Amino acid sequence: MSRTIRGKVAVVGLGETQYYKRGQSPDAEFKLALKAIISACKDAGISPKKVDGFASFSNDRSDPSRLAAALGCDDLRFANMQWGGGGGGGSGAIANAAAAIATGMAECVIVFRALAQGQFGRFGQGPRSNTTSGAGAYTVPYGLMSPAQSFAMKVNRFMHDHGVKQEALRAISLASYHHAQNNPRAVMHGRPLDEVKYDESRWIVEPFHLFDCCLENDGAAAMLLVPAERAKDFPHKPTYILSALSGSHYRAGASAHNTPDYATSTFKTTVPRLYEMAELGPNDVQVAQVYENFTGGVLMSIVEHGFCEPDGCNEFFTKENLIAPDGKLPTNTSGGNLAECYMHGLGLNIEAVRQLRGESTNQVNGVDVSLVASGPMVTPVSSSIFGSEATL
Amino acid sequence: MSYLNPGLPVPVAAPDGLDAPYWEAAARDVLMLQFCNDCGTYQWGPEWVCHRCHSENVTFKEIEPRGRIYSYERVWHPVHPALNEQGPYLIVLVEFPNYDGARMVGNLLGDPEQDVVIGSEVEAVFEHHPDSDPPHTLVNWQVV
Repeated sequence: MSRTIRGKVAVVGLGETQYYKRGQSPDAEFKLALKAIISACKDAGISPKKVDGFASFSNDRSDPSRLAAALGCDDLRFANMQWGGGGGGGSGAIANAAAAIATGMAECVIVFRALAQGQFGRFGQGPRSNTTSGAGAYTVPYGLMSPAQSFAMKVNRFMHDHGVKQEALRAISLASYHHAQNNPRAVMHGRPLDEVKYDESRWIVEPFHLFDCCLENDGAAAMLLVPAERAKDFPHKPTYILSALSGSHYRAGASAHNTPDYATSTFKTTVPRLYEMAELGPNDVQVAQVYENFTGGVLMSIVEHGFCEPDGCNEFFTKENLIAPDGKLPTNTSGGNLAECYMHGLGLNIEAVRQLRGESTNQVNGVDVSLVASGPMVTPVSSSIFGSEATL
Repeated sequence: MSYLNPGLPVPVAAPDGLDAPYWEAAARDVLMLQFCNDCGTYQWGPEWVCHRCHSENVTFKEIEPRGRIYSYERVWHPVHPALNEQGPYLIVLVEFPNYDGARMVGNLLGDPEQDVVIGSEVEAVFEHHPDSDPPHTLVNWQVV
């Protein structure tokens, strides 16, 4: 199959800033972006001047032309933004960068995301304007205005349809906090979570307790992508993109919650194409990073990526099944958006590559295939699968 | 009597005029959906063309103000200062099976800690705010 990015692009550099509680970054957002990019280039052992492309998502404010000027990039060849909010573009930006490389438009592309919510306002708050119009007018005046409120409605319907119990959501949160205790970079390192603490935590919006909701953080993350044939010129164990793409189902974006297939993480149409491009299936995946805006989204994503039947959630979603190294599907092994850092899911892609390098703080043994699901319940969503040299 | 404490953003017709008839009808206790005069499809939210046949001949048409609860949520954490003293409140997603499955979001009247049953029949209750700036009407729901 020639029309594919499978095996054509390698990830050779990973960069992250320190992660901060929201509003606590001493650095401006643009400086955070620069630091993560410089760090990814250092990890790859190349000068940032050689970067010739930038790809991001969710309307990142760090403009590629300013980045290229600040870094003295010799030759900007690709500047790309994946449309759509939330973390839905985390793997989509990687797909776009990989497509540019696979088609010869660029050679050395940075995928990045930078956030300083102290500088620019929070996600988890409603609008402060006096009036609202368009799609917002159908929800905001009824007190439905935050991401948690937008998505709890979907999750409640899914739980109703499939008899999913609260304990299934709890297991996802417990697994993330478990992993964060081994990850010194994690914002929740040293702050373990158990069943009692979860059960006693306040409701945000049912079925989400406080610990079902992602963090809000300041920081930046970056990945450096090059053509696969150059992968071995770099210092780390080569890791390759086996598949990356984005999309959403029929009228997923219909306003006022009118998408016909409602109780979904939005992955039903993208996942068959994801595995087809990767030339493998869910049974081949050894570790997964699944974007947690809210635990209910993780649950539906795991179902829709083929790891569990919708009616089998209460059996599948246990802490034991979700933790490294021996769980059935070790999930969010850095602590993820719930307990490591909310970097709009780019940190999940970095952790997926780290698992292939053998460098995770919750390492699964002998990982050759590592999956990321980005941004459940928004539109478009995206996923990526990374593989070792053995999978090519 | 309003279900939520005052102070949330007030709904106004879209500046491009797309949904003005809906809001004008609500002020008269009439519930409307967008309707395609060519193929007979109802849709919500409104759009400039029919999603089924792409006709521009779409208008607003009165519907029976009854539906059934498709999903719901009980909100506890306020994300707007107007709701700081609100306490829990209920939002329902109401489906209209007789109108191509179109859905609307609104509040469910009554005890905010009531048991909500997906599939329950509900009817619209128009909540008028003549003294707000600008005046507006919200469409809420109560179990039949």
